[in-house]
Amino acid sequence: MTEKILTTENVRLYYGDNEALHGINLDYDQYGITALIGPSGSGKSTYLRALNRMHDLQDNVTVNGNFMFKGRDIYAPDTDTVALRKEIGMVFQQPNPFPFSIYDNVAFGLRISGEKNKSVLDEKVETSLKQAAVWDEVKDDLHKSALSLSGGQQQRVSIARALATAPEILLLDEPTAALDPVSSHKVENTLMALRDQYTMIIVTHSMSQASRLSDRTAFFMSGDLIEVDSTKQMFLNPTEQKTQDYISGRFG
Amino acid sequence: MNAKNADKIATGVLYAIAGIVILILAALLGYILIQGVPHLSWHFLTAPASAFTAGGGIGIQLFNSLYLLLITMLLSFPIALGAGIYLNEYANPKSKITGMVRMTIEILSSLPSVVVGLFGFLLFVVQFNLGFSILSGAIALTFFNLPLLTRSIEDALATVPDLQREAGSALGLSRWETVGHIILPAALPSIVTGVVLSAGRVFGEAAALIYTAGQSAPALNFGDWNPFNISSPLNIMRPAETLAVHIWKINSEGIMPDAQEVSAGASAVLIIVVLIFNFSARYLSSYLYKRLTSTK
Repeated sequence: MTEKILTTENVRLYYGDNEALHGINLDYDQYGITALIGPSGSGKSTYLRALNRMHDLQDNVTVNGNFMFKGRDIYAPDTDTVALRKEIGMVFQQPNPFPFSIYDNVAFGLRISGEKNKSVLDEKVETSLKQAAVWDEVKDDLHKSALSLSGGQQQRVSIARALATAPEILLLDEPTAALDPVSSHKVENTLMALRDQYTMIIVTHSMSQASRLSDRTAFFMSGDLIEVDSTKQMFLNPTEQKTQDYISGRFG
Repeated sequence: MNAKNADKIATGVLYAIAGIVILILAALLGYILIQGVPHLSWHFLTAPASAFTAGGGIGIQLFNSLYLLLITMLLSFPIALGAGIYLNEYANPKSKITGMVRMTIEILSSLPSVVVGLFGFLLFVVQFNLGFSILSGAIALTFFNLPLLTRSIEDALATVPDLQREAGSALGLSRWETVGHIILPAALPSIVTGVVLSAGRVFGEAAALIYTAGQSAPALNFGDWNPFNISSPLNIMRPAETLAVHIWKINSEGIMPDAQEVSAGASAVLIIVVLIFNFSARYLSSYLYKRLTSTK
């Protein structure tokens, strides 16, 4: 058995007194893509956001359970969330570049952590944009505002921004939901190209996207993890009736 | 009556109302400008006022207005910025304290400016012994200006989408870093608009200043830039009648033979400066917005 990079055990999450996740157990090998699918309100995004402590920003959310990232407890009181989020990066549904130039967007995380050397920054910006497969489209306008780009380009710049801090895990919360099919396709290709270097966990509503992209699929419903298996197995021959129903479009 | 006709009538009525609003503004501006602009000259804009003879100017009052505005902004902007950041980024919207802060700000903004002025007179001028001075006036104007400036900064911050805050923390930024490095730059165009528009309001304010900055404009020596000399323009402890107060004063007790003309000219200058503030707010904001969103 290979070493797991991330394990989550008995994850329970409460909004106030309301339990939204009822004990999720999931772990992740290094590298590859895991897709989290399920109907709206099934808790898949909520679960994803627990992995890099994004819920810390909200006051009435309580997270219980055991989260181990490379043998360290993510929710230990002495965890440096700043450092943690550099190792577990995140890309959101809406492209959200900062209102600065493309270059400044990608260099942002590095600068915040104290990198000042121009040539290091230049190099990291270029590699990150290349990794995110948007370099060729923007290399001549690096000092143009990122907001002037198309939605698909903005999303790839957002991915580049997350990659620049060299995370080990990339969390993607419906990264193509706000994009047109052509842009979605490009973003998908980007993710495919990154699968051998990063551990990616992607929440998606698109069944076809999950089947195209992921190595492994987890099906969530009403705050429970119903089933997790290799994507091929899940889509061809699911064990659970609920999974079968959802995948064949009988509800959700 | 069918829906189509009702819609036509409603559209017509709304157009008429909008037209009336524009007409009132145009008439007002037109009247003041037509009355006042013929009296404007370089001499009028720069010469000191004269109390008994014709031919006085508004130079000192104009300078006082601008200087008082500057001091007011220096006092009120940092406080309003802090309050705005607190209310929008840090405060728990449901807590009692936030509710109280908000209510206080609303009450403060509905205080009549003459009351703010009298309060300033009793507290700063008399109690703290600051006398009729630019400082007293600036503090009174800060009270008057704070609620609106705070509100406009808060609104400017609120227009920055939460996505930006999430993106910040997903990169591992603390809340303060997110505010400083992302939210403030993104909100800058609207903050600038709010500051310039409030500057226009402050510039035209009279009632709060009558009893605080005073109604006299001692002669200034524009060669003396030592802020501790009484005749220095930079001295903040000197009494300083502003343009708006000057207009009020010559209309109520002016005895110079050309009081009418001076009043009309001063009013025109006041209106023109306020208009410049308004237009430059628009221009600045769209300029900054373009710098942020497109090729520089």
